[in-house]
Amino acid sequence: MNLTPSVGPSAAETAPASAPDRPSLWRRPLRLEISTLLSCLVILSVVAWALVPGFFTSASPVTGEAADALQEPSAQYWFGTDATGRDVFSRVVHGSVHSLSGALVAVTVGLVLGTLLGAVSGAVGGLVEDALMRVVDVLLAVPSLLLSLSVVIVLGFGTAQIAFAVGVASVAAFARLARSEVVRVRGTDYVEAAYASGGRFHTVLWRHVLPNSMTAVAALAALQFGTAILAISTLGFLGYGAPPPTPEWGLMIAEGRDYVATAWWLTTLPGLVVVAVVLAANRISASIARRGRA
Amino acid sequence: MSYVLRRVGQAVVVLLAAFTAAFVLLQAMPGDAVMIRFENPELGLSPEQIAALRATYGVDVPAHQQYAHTLLGFLSGDFGHSVQSGTAVRHLIAEALPGTLQLALLGFVTALVLATAVAFLSTYPRLAWIRGLLRSLPSLFVSVPVFWLGILLIQVFSFRLGLVPVINPGPVQGLVLPVLTLAVPISAPLAQILTRSIDEVYTQPFVTVVRAKGASRHWVLWRNVAKNALLPTLTMAGVLFGELIGGAVVTETVFGRAGIGRLTEQAVSNQDVAVLQAVVLLAATVFVLVNLVVDLLYPVLDPRLRNKSGASV
Repeated sequence: MNLTPSVGPSAAETAPASAPDRPSLWRRPLRLEISTLLSCLVILSVVAWALVPGFFTSASPVTGEAADALQEPSAQYWFGTDATGRDVFSRVVHGSVHSLSGALVAVTVGLVLGTLLGAVSGAVGGLVEDALMRVVDVLLAVPSLLLSLSVVIVLGFGTAQIAFAVGVASVAAFARLARSEVVRVRGTDYVEAAYASGGRFHTVLWRHVLPNSMTAVAALAALQFGTAILAISTLGFLGYGAPPPTPEWGLMIAEGRDYVATAWWLTTLPGLVVVAVVLAANRISASIARRGRA
Repeated sequence: MSYVLRRVGQAVVVLLAAFTAAFVLLQAMPGDAVMIRFENPELGLSPEQIAALRATYGVDVPAHQQYAHTLLGFLSGDFGHSVQSGTAVRHLIAEALPGTLQLALLGFVTALVLATAVAFLSTYPRLAWIRGLLRSLPSLFVSVPVFWLGILLIQVFSFRLGLVPVINPGPVQGLVLPVLTLAVPISAPLAQILTRSIDEVYTQPFVTVVRAKGASRHWVLWRNVAKNALLPTLTMAGVLFGELIGGAVVTETVFGRAGIGRLTEQAVSNQDVAVLQAVVLLAATVFVLVNLVVDLLYPVLDPRLRNKSGASV
């Protein structure tokens, strides 16, 4: 927090062209703390890994040089090599697409289903609200990992299946937030004004209530993104995700487990990447939430 | 009294809904677990044999009869039979429960100690220079994959330092690393609550008065922080229980310990629906009961809530 004054002016100077025109709108987003900037950098680089893996590494993620098996991290192999001589860094880079797209699917599932549940129950009220909130209670009552496992046992193993399973586990959180936000915004003067000036239920909900609930939902979405990365790597580790030789982060750590006595890099380094991404997502979420309150 | 009744009724409704959802999702699906397992052509079973097997598992009757039968069974503690091994699920769970209880209990106590240490150090004036670091510890703890932490601990303590033997550790030695693994993620929310409570206590006017009368910093902390932190911690009790269960699944898998978590992991791997269903419903029951008790305890613990709770909710 105490970093803001020192970072604010210097950051504003980097965008002099736009700053004088619309100061109130442009300056505020630039007042970021260093840790938030760092977090954005982490997320952006992992997104870049997922989009253009070939730009960051030329080594293949699935075939390796048998002669170079179990090499320690070096200038050539940043994260070392595994038992079949595959470049671990290349596998981490190529694996990012699985974790990121999985987390994106999970957050989308949670966001869409949860917001729908919460917004409808908050807007309609009465018996519908009671019934929908009991559904949410049931979802909350089951520990999230067990809920995901129940979905996995029904849908079967695979990347898409575990992404959906992780998403289902976050529906309740989104539903509760959306409901409380809708109830809050509904009570404001401008929504009443929109009704008074002839707005109908759906239009008011869509044009006024939902947009004004978005900051809190965005903060939760960022938080759930980190949680989803964690949960997906956990399910991958347990072996419910993509089969080998897919370079999924959790699966990589599971495979490296057999060499824990001799090759520390196989488990430690991919795990550190997961920690960095989750930390960054949580940090960004906290930053969005703080801006929402400001 | 009507509040208590309404709250109990709500808990029963949620449990019944959870049971119904689990039943619809896991048992009443078109291809039930028994079909999936025994219709495999490699087993070479005749249709009559499959029909007989379906009868023994009780899946050959219409869904509503199955529903009533299963519900009565669950109420009387009969969770059916494991599709994989044929053993009664009740026995499997009874066998696995002590190990997990021990792990979860020790993990929770360790988490409490860890959280207290982090919270106390991060509000200690002499450590102000590393306060930022200490305050970010909880957010680091929740960002660490539990399975990775377990492997990391094995790597450091068993292989690098040789402190905990990998093969045939003693009963106490074998518990140290799993308990620590489980405790770290649980300690994060606890540490956050405690830190906030300590900060809050210091902003309250009565503290200045008590300090001025000569009370030491520690005396104020121990007397007031615990009281302040109790309610928010209780609110989290259900969530913490869920975290313990999820953590146990991963921890027991990583350390190869027998327990409910391992049972769950194997049930999913073997598509053993009956076992998973029982574990999920038991966990939901405990969660609902914990929250029920907490809700009923609130007015007892905090006199300010006594009037409100009767009227609202």
